Amino acid sequence: MTESTKLPSGKPRIETIEMRGITKRFPGVIANDKADFDIHAGEVHALLGENGAGKSTLMKILYGMYRPDEGEILLNGKPVTIASPNDSINLGIGMIHQHFMLVPTLTVAENVALGLPSSRGALTDLDRVSKRIVELASIYGLKIDPSAYVWQLSVGQQQRVEIIKALYRGAALLILDEPTAVLTPQEVDELFVIMRQMVKDGHALIFISHKLHEVVEISNRITVLRDGRRIGTRLTSETTKQDLANWMVGREIGFAPDRGKVEIGEARLKLEKVECGSDRGTPGLRGVSIEVRSGEILGIAGVSGNGQRELAEAITGLRKVTTGRVFLEGKDITNFAPGDITELNLSYIPEERMRDGMIKDFTIAENMILREHHKMPYSRMGFLNLSDISKHADELIAKFHVKTPSRETHAKNLSGGNIQKVVLAREISRNPRAIIAAQPTRGLDIGATEYVREQLLIERRKGVAVMLISEDLDEILALSDRIAVLYEGQVMDIVPRSEATPERLGLLMAGVHPEVSS
Amino acid sequence: MRSRLNALFDALLPVLATLAALGVGAVMLLILKVNPIEAYAALWDGAFGSSNAFAETLVKATPLLLVALGICISFRGDVINIGGEGQMIIGAILATWVGLTFTGLPGWLVVTISLVAGFLGGAIWGGIPGVLKAYFSVNEILSTVMMNAIAVQLMNFLLRGPMIDPSQAELASKIPQTARLLDAFRLPRLAPTRLHLGALIAVILAIAVYILLWRTTLGYRIRAVGQNPNASRYAGIKVQRYMVLALLLSGAFAGLAGATQVFGVNYRMITDGSSSGFTGSAGFNGIVAALFGQLHPLWSIPASILFGALLVGANKMQRVVQVPSALVIALNGLVVVFVVSSEILRKRRQRRRLADARQEDETPPPTESGESQIKQAETGA
Repeated sequence: MTESTKLPSGKPRIETIEMRGITKRFPGVIANDKADFDIHAGEVHALLGENGAGKSTLMKILYGMYRPDEGEILLNGKPVTIASPNDSINLGIGMIHQHFMLVPTLTVAENVALGLPSSRGALTDLDRVSKRIVELASIYGLKIDPSAYVWQLSVGQQQRVEIIKALYRGAALLILDEPTAVLTPQEVDELFVIMRQMVKDGHALIFISHKLHEVVEISNRITVLRDGRRIGTRLTSETTKQDLANWMVGREIGFAPDRGKVEIGEARLKLEKVECGSDRGTPGLRGVSIEVRSGEILGIAGVSGNGQRELAEAITGLRKVTTGRVFLEGKDITNFAPGDITELNLSYIPEERMRDGMIKDFTIAENMILREHHKMPYSRMGFLNLSDISKHADELIAKFHVKTPSRETHAKNLSGGNIQKVVLAREISRNPRAIIAAQPTRGLDIGATEYVREQLLIERRKGVAVMLISEDLDEILALSDRIAVLYEGQVMDIVPRSEATPERLGLLMAGVHPEVSS
Repeated sequence: MRSRLNALFDALLPVLATLAALGVGAVMLLILKVNPIEAYAALWDGAFGSSNAFAETLVKATPLLLVALGICISFRGDVINIGGEGQMIIGAILATWVGLTFTGLPGWLVVTISLVAGFLGGAIWGGIPGVLKAYFSVNEILSTVMMNAIAVQLMNFLLRGPMIDPSQAELASKIPQTARLLDAFRLPRLAPTRLHLGALIAVILAIAVYILLWRTTLGYRIRAVGQNPNASRYAGIKVQRYMVLALLLSGAFAGLAGATQVFGVNYRMITDGSSSGFTGSAGFNGIVAALFGQLHPLWSIPASILFGALLVGANKMQRVVQVPSALVIALNGLVVVFVVSSEILRKRRQRRRLADARQEDETPPPTESGESQIKQAETGA
């Protein structure tokens, strides 16, 4: 190598990292089975795979959070032992977690300094930290104000703080764990600009994502993991999305789901100028008027935190509607108790399934009757009818292909995909008239995602009115008949499927009316 | 195989913790220049050495078990009831009042009504903090403890004034106690010992509470609310109502414990000014017994017997080897500390196994709510 071995941050480069024959066993599971992975300076290497494929374990081993049972890690050709994240940070490895590790009530500089010794002993050295942040920010083109409080920042900005934090600690290699999951399309573009700059400067980046088109756009090489093993590594330029998807799941994947022709009927769910508060005390919804008709999927697009949760909760009775009305099949259900709304056959797949949709220490069978536990045949004269509850659970487990050792398994022991299948099974088996599905595929792997989407389309074909709230634009575009965009609690516009493009929706999601701006 | 060993270790953990506590106790005995083997032999003899001794153990275990059953319900519903003492007292007062008032009725009827009155008294005393928690967000740990203080003073007032034994009222000594119950109103003895019907009632109720928690809609709802109030609301459960109910039922069982003490053991209420003077601290020790029994009503039976045995046996030990009574109390405390700590160890082991087994990726680890309790819904015990 003739070029400088220093990074712009002044830290040494990591020329190559090689993981060889990594095996990691957990009781009953082999998370990594002789997996190989390598990366060199100046490339974005994407790591693809379904949930449970072993991506996270492999990266946690590289970051020192787990010790491998077998295999070795070579840094610039020399074997190294990484026993803790401290070791990996000292070697120049940084990780941007999917869930940010920031303290919202502290400033950017305080967050960056957190956990590091101060150069002034017992006194803080925040001025020096701030200066260094500004320095790093200008080198890498990251706009950030060191004195801003983290809670004031958008999700995209918070991510930049995480990147700065890693750079400040001297990261030459960055592991980005699903960094785009929380971003708008525009923010994703900005992140990619930063990533390209870092790669050009000699950093090595590992990019973990489910979204094939992003992987194809940003990476130089792609490694696909399946069942803990490396299926293969390819140059991005020599592969296609279809190949990658097939590699990941080991079978053919249909990309555009079959929508079929469906007669659109009467309005089943109707909101009239609905307003409600949010958990932060600010307005959650501001005069939302929409309707969902029989046989259609109404997509609700928007960046996280623009009223999606409030919308779902206002309809399902979990949040108080301050003004406006909600109608289900013509019946005014505004501020009904959640149980009474359930009785009217509205199903709800909540966004945070473990928080709102499941009881983690209950068995699958008990969770399956969550909504109907007080009704025949599951409850007779106040006593639970265990045989019918078991039968019901077994039927749904079989019908919805829930992978579980038994119906008596506690929900917390299932994988995310299977938990969602339990929620889906429970909500769909009630023969609902309308369904609110909030982020129904978030965190699921391709196989489970495909399954959930297929089920929603089947319900639509049955004439159910489906409201699909999703931050995944691809999903909204693939499934919806009409798309409403939420921005700061307001419906910016409702766009028919035929007129919806990612660009148009992206602008609406950012609060810009295309007509006005042009 | 490994998982079975783990399960065995978990199940034996409370026993190991008890042994460890006795081990530390042995060190304390040695410091006092007492032979621990002799001391523990006396303890064993006092608790199990004769049919009379064993009966005494069961008599002590009865209020512990009743309180523990209530604790199983409330802790499963994620409400912490520290008010067992007060609930026992109020239950006992109501029951005693019934027993002293309706002297013309047949014995079995009065006993039945009295026990029901005790149940209701405890329910009221538990229900008040329940309502305060559910509708006014008052911390139930604080309010139940405060309710204990109120109950004690109420008892002292009543036993010195309105409910004082008329014969005592005429004397200068004015011992604060009620009149004695009629002989016909005593709970029947089960053997030629002090063992009374209350013990049998407690065991039957343990089975009933098991059925309540895992076989009824009510129990399903109490557990659901305890585990995850968000999901419970989503399920259409009126969360606040079931919070109140959990605390109310918990208090009711403690109230019944108080009533059985009066009708099965003392045949009157008497106060030394403190709550433990009447309850023998069963309102607190019942919590420990329930935790020892992993908040499972059936496991609470052996757990209560163990603590009953410790209480009775320690008395004998005190007499035989002449150790100060403070040591006996310390020994009890040691067992409590060790058992509660072992519970934390068990949970940590469980969490580690869970984390190890969890398929990686996606799901962020579920947040631990209500750390302080054991949340194990054994459905098929």
